[in-house]
Amino acid sequence: MDVTHCAADEAFRAEARAWLRAHVPPDPLPSLETGEGFAAHRAWEAELAADRWSVVNWPAAYGGRDATLVRWLLFEEEYYAAGAPGRVNQNGVSLLAPTLFDHGTEEQRARVLPPMATGEVVWAQAWSEPEAGSDLASLKSRARRVAGGWLLSGQKTWSSRAAFADRAFGLFRTDPDAPKPHQGLTYLMFDLRAPGVTVRPIARLDGKPAFAELFLDEVFAPDEDVIGEPGQGWRIAMSTAGNERGLMLRSPGRFLASADRLHRLWQAQGSPQSMKNRVADALIGARAYQLFTFAAASRFLDGESIGPESSLNKVFWSEYDIALHETALDLLGPEGELTDTDWSERYVFSLAGTVYAGTNEIQRDIIAERLLGLPKGRR
Amino acid sequence: MPFLLDAEQRAFADSLDAMLAAADTPSAVRDWSRGEHGRGRALWSRIAEAGVFALAVPEAYEGLGPRPVELAVAFMELGRHVVPGPLVETVTAAILLADLPDPGPAKRLLPALATGELMATLAWTAPYALDGDAAGTHLAFTAQGLHLSPGHGPVRRSLDPARRLAPLEPGGELLSPDPPTAQALAYARLTTAAQALGVGLALLDKTVAYVKQRTQFGVPIGSFQAVKHRLADAKIALEFARPLLFGAALTMAPADVAAAKVTACEAAYATARTALQLHGAIGYTAEYELSLWLTKARALRTAWGSPDACRAEVLSSDRPWR
Repeated sequence: MDVTHCAADEAFRAEARAWLRAHVPPDPLPSLETGEGFAAHRAWEAELAADRWSVVNWPAAYGGRDATLVRWLLFEEEYYAAGAPGRVNQNGVSLLAPTLFDHGTEEQRARVLPPMATGEVVWAQAWSEPEAGSDLASLKSRARRVAGGWLLSGQKTWSSRAAFADRAFGLFRTDPDAPKPHQGLTYLMFDLRAPGVTVRPIARLDGKPAFAELFLDEVFAPDEDVIGEPGQGWRIAMSTAGNERGLMLRSPGRFLASADRLHRLWQAQGSPQSMKNRVADALIGARAYQLFTFAAASRFLDGESIGPESSLNKVFWSEYDIALHETALDLLGPEGELTDTDWSERYVFSLAGTVYAGTNEIQRDIIAERLLGLPKGRR
Repeated sequence: MPFLLDAEQRAFADSLDAMLAAADTPSAVRDWSRGEHGRGRALWSRIAEAGVFALAVPEAYEGLGPRPVELAVAFMELGRHVVPGPLVETVTAAILLADLPDPGPAKRLLPALATGELMATLAWTAPYALDGDAAGTHLAFTAQGLHLSPGHGPVRRSLDPARRLAPLEPGGELLSPDPPTAQALAYARLTTAAQALGVGLALLDKTVAYVKQRTQFGVPIGSFQAVKHRLADAKIALEFARPLLFGAALTMAPADVAAAKVTACEAAYATARTALQLHGAIGYTAEYELSLWLTKARALRTAWGSPDACRAEVLSSDRPWR
């Protein structure tokens, strides 16, 4: 049992640190949730990709460095410690790419992954619908078979950054007569600028157009943009939900850096005793999350599947993130309500975490039923 | 890395778990709470034979240690089975004695601590020593330094029936005017954290079993979402305390140990509150066995460093984990 890293992994970390020190923009980029900020973040992805730092854990053929899970964790620690920008291609990298690695064709990987790695094509997810949130399998958007592909119709919503993104991926009902709701669904990719697509940006709490509604009216998606077999979409979408992706949605490096910034803020405010325990809990929580992830990564590398354990991880980080940012705003006092600060931006972002990627209520049901073995009941 | 217990460490945990599960520890606790130490001492001998106390004693004094990871493994099992006695105190005394500049007291006392012939207790961060009436060695801190106390005063009851608290008598042999204490305190906190985590895991297991079989409105109460979500939260809290415990055992850095102590004890206590609530009125009785775990979770929270003291320790280093 060991929490240290081998010399080769530490050398990788040092290389990442040196590159970041030389390249991270000295001033924060404009908000990722604005047109201007989106463009600036896209340019930053190109800079990362030029030296193969944008997707370190991918195979070199697609722009990565074949980094192990451990090296990815070390890269993330260095990335956020360096104060580097948020990742505009997060949805594609953490949701679509693992699906393509597991279920895509070689042609799809070769076509989709390299421009994802450079930020040339930024992906949005198209899962939720107005009447299908936690009960995602009840979704109604249809894909109708035509020569050479499918025509997509319906409405998707809460699509993060779709106001600025290029393409989207999601589930569509291809067999309306299937006996169960999660049957007859197909995993498809489509172009957000294709004829028939209307994107209506939605302002989040602070007014920034962080997500969007998508209205689809007979949007053509060619056969090569179906992932896996038609009708197998639910199984494909869920199969990668519990594996290492659960570990990779939020890296510990991000929270270690945030906790350190909070600690500095507390010290800068004169180390108020009344806030001592909350600041300590932020530091401890980041360390707990780091070590939990090391343990999970070790089990994964040992051949164990992670499965429903990723629900523990999701509830923990999403609630931790909100608590940390609430503490920061409380420390800022009257300044805390101003929206033009980095803390405010991060606070508003954190508030969505307990809802997206499977609400924390759904995650607790999974923990109770699949980890503790409690009987299913009415939700 | 890998940050995983190895096969030998897991086998050690399993063998302790099996041995303690067969030992009827709740009956030993009931006796112990009345000052009847027979069963508890027999249990102590078997734990010593398994090598647990030797893990705290250096090889120079006929031990195998100190081995903090294995101690954490062992103390989780001791907590899981609510083993009574000055367990943490004996480990802490061993570390304290081994660290004294004068090797005399260590030579005299440590071999017997390692074999389990001798139990030790100490009054240090609290005005009372645990199980002073059972221990054969009593260490006390005074303004003059570390003393070998001649004995203990009247026993007071802890909320946890397994814990018999007594002040130590003043005077006795002065072992050291200025003993090094940092390592001993770290081992006290580490083993308390491990014990608490074991208590919490047992509480979760017992409560999950209970809500599966307790039926109301025609269904097991474990099928209700309000019940499930409380247990899910307990599971999350315990599973995030576990890596802090083993991380602390590996580094033995004060901030890591303090983080493990506060997190494991708060997780165990929160689990105890959930266990009490979900058992309903039966959980509130002293007679029901669950009470032995519930009350220990409360006692360990403040033993060897309150939550506040542990958080202050974390903040005392400028960048604890960077």
